[in-house]
Amino acid sequence: MTTSTLYPDTLQASRQRRQLQLGLALLAIALVAPFVAYPIFLMKILCFALFACAFNLLLGYVGLLSFGHAAFLGTGGYITGFLLTRYSGLTPELGILGGTAAATLLGLLFGLLAIRRQGIYFAMITLALAQMTFFIYLQAPFTGGENGMHGVPRGKLLGLIDLKNDLAMYYFVLAICLSGYLLIRRTVNSPFGQVLYAIRENEPRAISLGYNVAAYKLLAFVISAGIAGLAGATKTVVFQFASLTDAHWHMSGEVILMTLLGGVGTLLGPVVGSSLVVWLHHVLGGSVLGSWMGTILGTIFVLCVLLFRDGLVGYVQKFVRRNLR
Amino acid sequence: MTLFDIPTAALLGQLMLGLINGAFYALLSLGLAIIFGLLKVINFAHGAQYMLGAFVALLLSRHFGIDYWAALILVPVLVGLSGCLLERFLLRPIANQNHLYSLLLTFGLALIMQNLFTNLYGSSGNAYPTPEVFRGAVNLGFMHLPLYRAWVIVAALAVCLAAWFVIEKTRLGAYLRAGTENPQLMQGFGINIPFLITLTYGFGAALAAFAGVLAAPLYSVSPTMGANLLIVVFAVVVIGGMGSIVGAVVTGLAMGLIEGLTKVIYPQAATTVIFAVMVMVLLLKPNGLFGKGA
Amino acid sequence: MKTTIKPLVAALAMITAAGAHAEISDKEIRIGYLADMSGAYRDLGGPGGLEALNMAVEDFGGQVNGAKIVVRSADDRNSPDVGANTTREWIDQGKVDVVAGLVSSAVTIAVTRILEDTNRFGLVSISASSAITNEYCTPNHVHWVYDTYAMANGTAKAIVKEGGDSWSILAADYAFGHAMEADVERTVLAAGGKVVSKARHPLASSDFSSYILQAQSSGAKVIGLANAASDTVNAITTAKQFGLTDSGQRLAGLMVFISDVHALGLEATQGMQLTTGWYWDQDEESRAWAKRFFERTKRMPTMVQAGIYSSTRHYLQAIKDTGSDEAQVVRKQMLATPVNDMFTNNGRIREDGRMVYDMSLVQVKTPAESTGEWDLYKIVRSIPGDEAFRPLSESKCKLVDTKLAGKS
Repeated sequence: MTTSTLYPDTLQASRQRRQLQLGLALLAIALVAPFVAYPIFLMKILCFALFACAFNLLLGYVGLLSFGHAAFLGTGGYITGFLLTRYSGLTPELGILGGTAAATLLGLLFGLLAIRRQGIYFAMITLALAQMTFFIYLQAPFTGGENGMHGVPRGKLLGLIDLKNDLAMYYFVLAICLSGYLLIRRTVNSPFGQVLYAIRENEPRAISLGYNVAAYKLLAFVISAGIAGLAGATKTVVFQFASLTDAHWHMSGEVILMTLLGGVGTLLGPVVGSSLVVWLHHVLGGSVLGSWMGTILGTIFVLCVLLFRDGLVGYVQKFVRRNLR
Repeated sequence: MTLFDIPTAALLGQLMLGLINGAFYALLSLGLAIIFGLLKVINFAHGAQYMLGAFVALLLSRHFGIDYWAALILVPVLVGLSGCLLERFLLRPIANQNHLYSLLLTFGLALIMQNLFTNLYGSSGNAYPTPEVFRGAVNLGFMHLPLYRAWVIVAALAVCLAAWFVIEKTRLGAYLRAGTENPQLMQGFGINIPFLITLTYGFGAALAAFAGVLAAPLYSVSPTMGANLLIVVFAVVVIGGMGSIVGAVVTGLAMGLIEGLTKVIYPQAATTVIFAVMVMVLLLKPNGLFGKGA
Repeated sequence: MKTTIKPLVAALAMITAAGAHAEISDKEIRIGYLADMSGAYRDLGGPGGLEALNMAVEDFGGQVNGAKIVVRSADDRNSPDVGANTTREWIDQGKVDVVAGLVSSAVTIAVTRILEDTNRFGLVSISASSAITNEYCTPNHVHWVYDTYAMANGTAKAIVKEGGDSWSILAADYAFGHAMEADVERTVLAAGGKVVSKARHPLASSDFSSYILQAQSSGAKVIGLANAASDTVNAITTAKQFGLTDSGQRLAGLMVFISDVHALGLEATQGMQLTTGWYWDQDEESRAWAKRFFERTKRMPTMVQAGIYSSTRHYLQAIKDTGSDEAQVVRKQMLATPVNDMFTNNGRIREDGRMVYDMSLVQVKTPAESTGEWDLYKIVRSIPGDEAFRPLSESKCKLVDTKLAGKS
C-alpha cells in the first residue's frame, strides 16, 4: 500500500519540478530574446502563440474544432484599432481591453448559435459565421475595407511608458501573452477544466452525471474567443494596423495547423507550433521558396494528419513518459 | 412609370444571374452531400477539385487541342479517378480516426493544389474560349442572356436530375443509400463497401470537376476560383441539412436566387445574405431545412 | 515659369530643417522593389518593372560615387498587411534606403506612412490614387506617372464633350477605385454631365455579370470603369457578352494599359479613347528605350514600367549630385532638378511630391491602321501637365502652403 501511494507522489513531484524547470528556462529565453532577435518578429510569434493557445483550449480540452477563430482575432484587432485611433486620450491597455471585450461578446453570439451541434457541423457553422463577420468587416466603413486600418498609435502604457520603443513594447506583449497563457493553464487544471475533459471523453456520460454540458461548452468557447481577441488586439498595437488578413478563413486554417503541428491538447504545443509556422513564414518569405508557402504548409498539414497526430510536443511527452520515468 | 419599369427588368435579370450561380451551388453541394452521406467526410478539397476541373479543361485544349465537348466528359473522369486514388491512399488510412482529421487532410490538400497552380500558372485568370455554338446572346426582353449561360443552367439541372435518378432509382444507388444507413449490415450481405466508398468519393470529385468545366468559359480560370465559392457552398449545405440530396440541390438554387434578389434590393448585403439565412435556419431548425437530425 | 518657381521655393524653405549628412549610409544604396509579382496587377509593373529598375541601375554602372547599388524585391500580393510588414523589416533589418514600385494604392498608403516614420524614401510609380499626393502626402515619397485625377480629367472630359453626359461608374472597392470614382464624378459634373449610378466590386473579381446588368439598367450613356488590369479586361469582355454596346451604351476605361489593349485585341477595343502617361512610340528617345526593354522581356513596356526607370534614374542622379542618400537631401535635389529623359522632357516635382508632366489623350487604332503587334495607339492630343493634374490651390496636402499656392 505504502509503495503504491508513495510512488505516484514522487512521480507527481518530479513531474512538477520538471515542468517548473522547463517553464523557468523558457521564461529566461523569452526575457533575453529581444537582445538577440528582431523584436517585432518575436512579438508576432507571441501574439500567434496566444492565439493558438486560445484555439487549443477549445479543440484540445473540449474537443470542438472551430473553423472560425479568425473572426475573434480580427475583431480584437479592429475594435482596438478603432478605439485607439478614434479616442486619442485612450491608453493602449484600455484599447486592448475594449478589443478583447468585443471579441468575447462575439464569442458569446457564435457560441449560442453553434454550440448545439458537434464535430463537423460545429466546424462548418463556425466557418460560415466567421465568413459572415469577414464580409461585414470588408464593408463596414470604420475598418477601411481592403485598405486596412492604418496608423494605430502605440501610445503610452498607463500613460507613462512610451511603447514606441520596441523593447518596452516587447515586454508589455510578453506580459500579456504570459497572463493569457497562465489563465488558460489555470482553466484547464481547475475543476471546470476537469468537467470539460469529461465532456470531451464522453458527452452523454457527463450529461447523465447532471452537468449542464451546454453551459460548460459555451463558457469554454467564450473564454477561448476572448483570449483569441486579446491576441488580435495586442497584434494590432504592435504592428499599428489591422487588416482583413486576420479575419480571413485562411487564418482560421493556419491556427489549426499551428496547434496540430505543436500538439493538440498539450499546453505548450500551440506555442511550439505557432513559433515554427511564423518562423517558417519569416525564413521562406524572403527566399525563392516564398511563393511555395501554401504547398509547404499544406504538406505539413497532410503529414501531421496522416502520421503525426500527436504533434511535436505530444510526441516528446510520450517519449519522456515512456523512457524517463 | 419608368421608376417601376427599370427595376422590373433589373430584378428579372439579376434573378436570372442568381439562377446561374445557384446552378453551381447546387452542383457543388450535391457532390459534398453525396460524399458526406457515405464517408462522413467534409470534403474541403471540393473547391480545389472544381478548380482542377477548369484547369484540366484549359490545359487539354491548350496542349492537346481537346475541345469543350470532349472535355465535359473526359475531365470529370480524370478528376474522378484522381479522387478515387486520393480516397484509397490518403483518406482510408485515417477513416477510423475522428472525422475532423479527414476534414483537415482535405484542407491541406486544397492548400497544396491551389498553391501549386498559382506557381505554375499565376494567380490572374486565364481565358477559356466559349464553344462556337454558344457565342452570342438571346434577347429575353428584360436582358440579353448570353447563350452559354443559358446552357449552364440546363446542363447543371440535367446532371443534378441524373444524379438524383441514379441514387434513388438504380441498384447502385440503393447500395449507396443502404451503405449510408448501415455499413456493417451491407458488408454482411457481401457488398464491397470499401470499393463503394472509393467510387463514391470519385463520383463526388467528378461532379465538382464537371462544375469546373462548365465554369471555365464563364469565369476566368484561376487557382483561387474554388476556394471562396466553397465557403458559400458550405453555408448552403448547412442550410439544406447535411444528409439530403434533394435538399442540397433545392437549397443551392434557392440561395442563388436569394443572392440575386439581394443584389437588386441592397447590393452591399449580397455577400452576406446566405450566411444570414444560415443563422436564421440554425435558430429555427438546427438540423437544416431538409435534415433529419444528427 | 513664375508659377513653377513659387511652390518650389516654399518646398525648399520647409525642407531646410532636415539635417544633411553628405555621405552615403553603409557605403551602399539599397533599393527595395515592392510590387504585385503574381496577382491581378502583375502585367502592369511586376517582374517587368523590376527589369526596368535594373536597367536604371545598370545605366549608373551599378554604383554611385563608389557606393554599390543593391536591389532586392518582394511580392506584396496587393495586401497592405504584407506590404507594410515587408517594408518595416527591410528598413529595420536590411537598412533599405528607398522603396520603389508600389502598386496597389492601399499598399502605398500603408508603406509611405512607415517611410515617413523612419525617414526613408519612396518612389511611387504604379499606384494611381490621387490621394497619395493629397491627403496622404508625406515628405518621404514622390509620385510618378499618372494619378486618378489626371486620368479622369483626360478621358472623362473628352467623352462628356462628345455627348456622353450621363455616367454609371463601376469601381474597384479599395483606395484606388474610390479615388477614381470621386475624381470621375467631379470631372463629369464639372463638364456639365451627371452620374446616375455607382457600384463597387472587389479587387480581382471573376464575375462581372451582375454589375454590368446593373449598369445596363441604369440607362446611363457611358459606363465608366474605375478599375484596372484584369478587372478592366473582364468587365469589357462581360459587357460584350451581355450586349451592352448593342443597346447604345458605351464603355469608358479610365485606367487602361497597353497590356490590356494587347490582351483584348484591337477588334474589341478599336476607337476607344483613353489617357496615357506614356506611350512607347511617342518620340525618338522613348522608342529607343522601349527597344532595349523589349529585347530583355519580349514585351513592350507599360507606362508604369517606363515610369519606374525614369523615377529610379532621377533618384540615383540626385544621390550622385549631392553625395548623400539621406531622404530629405535627396528629395530636395530631386525637386530642384527638372525631369528630362525618355519619359518626359518637361517634368518637375511639386512640393506635394507629384511629378507633373504632359500626358496624352490617345485613341486605339483600328486593325487596319495598326502596322504591328504593339502599334496600338494614335495620339489625339497632348494634355499639358498643369491642366492634367490637380492644381496646388485645391490641395489638401500638409506640405502645401495653401495661401502661397492660392496666389500661383
